[in-house]
Amino acid sequence: MSLSDEVSVEAPAAKLSIKGVSKRFVSGKRSVHALDDVSLDVGEGEFVCLVGPSGCGKSTLLNLVAGLDLADSGQISADGIPINAPGRDRMVMFQEAALFPWLDVLGNVMFGLRRKPGLTDAERCKVAEFYLRLVGLEKFHRAFVHELSGGMKQRVALARALAPNPRVLLMDEPFGALDALTREQLYGDIQRIWQQRKKTIVFVTHNVREAACLGDRVVLFSPHPGRIREQFKIDLPRPRDINSVELARHTTAITAALKNHVRPEAEVAE
Amino acid sequence: MKRVGLAALFFAALFVGWELLYRSGFWSPVLLPSPLVVGRYLWEATVDGSLLSATLVTVKRLFLGYVFGLLLGLPLGLLTARFRVLADTLGLMALGLQALPSVCWVPLALLWFGQTEAAMFFVVVMGTLWSVIIATDNGVRNVPPIYARAARTMGSSGLHTWLYVIFPAALPFIVGGMKQGWAFAWRSLMAAEIYVTILSGFGLGHLLHYGRELNAMEQVIGIMLVLLLIGLLADKIFFSPWERFLHHRWGTAK
Repeated sequence: MSLSDEVSVEAPAAKLSIKGVSKRFVSGKRSVHALDDVSLDVGEGEFVCLVGPSGCGKSTLLNLVAGLDLADSGQISADGIPINAPGRDRMVMFQEAALFPWLDVLGNVMFGLRRKPGLTDAERCKVAEFYLRLVGLEKFHRAFVHELSGGMKQRVALARALAPNPRVLLMDEPFGALDALTREQLYGDIQRIWQQRKKTIVFVTHNVREAACLGDRVVLFSPHPGRIREQFKIDLPRPRDINSVELARHTTAITAALKNHVRPEAEVAE
Repeated sequence: MKRVGLAALFFAALFVGWELLYRSGFWSPVLLPSPLVVGRYLWEATVDGSLLSATLVTVKRLFLGYVFGLLLGLPLGLLTARFRVLADTLGLMALGLQALPSVCWVPLALLWFGQTEAAMFFVVVMGTLWSVIIATDNGVRNVPPIYARAARTMGSSGLHTWLYVIFPAALPFIVGGMKQGWAFAWRSLMAAEIYVTILSGFGLGHLLHYGRELNAMEQVIGIMLVLLLIGLLADKIFFSPWERFLHHRWGTAK
């Protein structure tokens, strides 16, 4: 594989197919029905947001697609190939950046690249630098994790996830712990990068406005057991502004549906 | 530079105070010799080579036992953290033995190995091993699980995850354990050398012991100063760079 392949946007077609997936967690005598017969298709290059209150199984589903956990029943496949382990075609961004403090920024971005065969170290370095530039951190190669702000950490995590050039990005509330201003910047960045790099993105959040701002489609989950309730197509032009008026129309509809499906005591952020 | 100057001033004041105490005649010179006399002893012992050879004997014992204890303790600690069977058996034993003052191994070592290097080696290893196992085990258990999960999504698994994720993530704990292991090993070695004549080589402990037997307080104090210096140097040479590295990377420096 050559360097130009590594940074090319012509990644092969990706399509996620989730069919009748159920997952139960048992701890002691308690059993949580995290997902109950969930089916969902994600098209190539689609940006899908999963929303719902805590315990609705949206993160569980993401972990299953990542291959970090296994479903009790049902099938998950990417391009028709069943998923049963993590793979470089599906990279994950977590709520905590989960960067390694013993490595500098470049080292963190290189971590996944080093596991990718067929590249020289010099090429890996070039690739890592390319993605650090993409997230606007080209001046921070040698910085250590503790020297970065929360937003910068998530940018590094994004570069790290993008570096092996996966077809699918799985994002588990990646901006949940950031302040509003930083988050708004990242909404812009993620939309720009998604359009430039033509990724398929599954994005988990409990923030309805965030979901409507980012997603082509918003999938609404309800808890106990975790099920898909409704889906909303968001056909607004991009890039979208989180504060725009058109967005509010969608947000209102989704929030109303959420209240309809979820018992009032479940906490949901607007 | 200012800090070095301050330290120099502090120690100079200490020596002046000591000399003044000696001159006051409050204590017998046998019990409290002048620092100048101690200095002369150190100089003479350096010139006739006895101090150097004793230092070499002691440092070699310490180094061999300590390195062996580390090489054994690090993998064992990783294993006890990984396998519950080992945690419930070896881990429990390590916890118990770590609490045992390591000087307690001296009588046993003498009966088993006689007055030999093997006995000294055994004592130093026992001082090092258990703290290193416990610290490594504890360090691994404190690694946030998210690190291993993130590594898995990037194609790391099995041994690679242990070597490149779990181990470095546990390093701050492991270095702490190494330091504790060193302290235990050093203390137990000194105890052994002071109380037992090891026929295969005279270490600093022996010089200290003979100083007492000969009522040569300048020798006792002189050797104590050497021991103190070795402890300081070990800290500055072996541990400080590691700790600086960790503080720098983890951002835990003040």
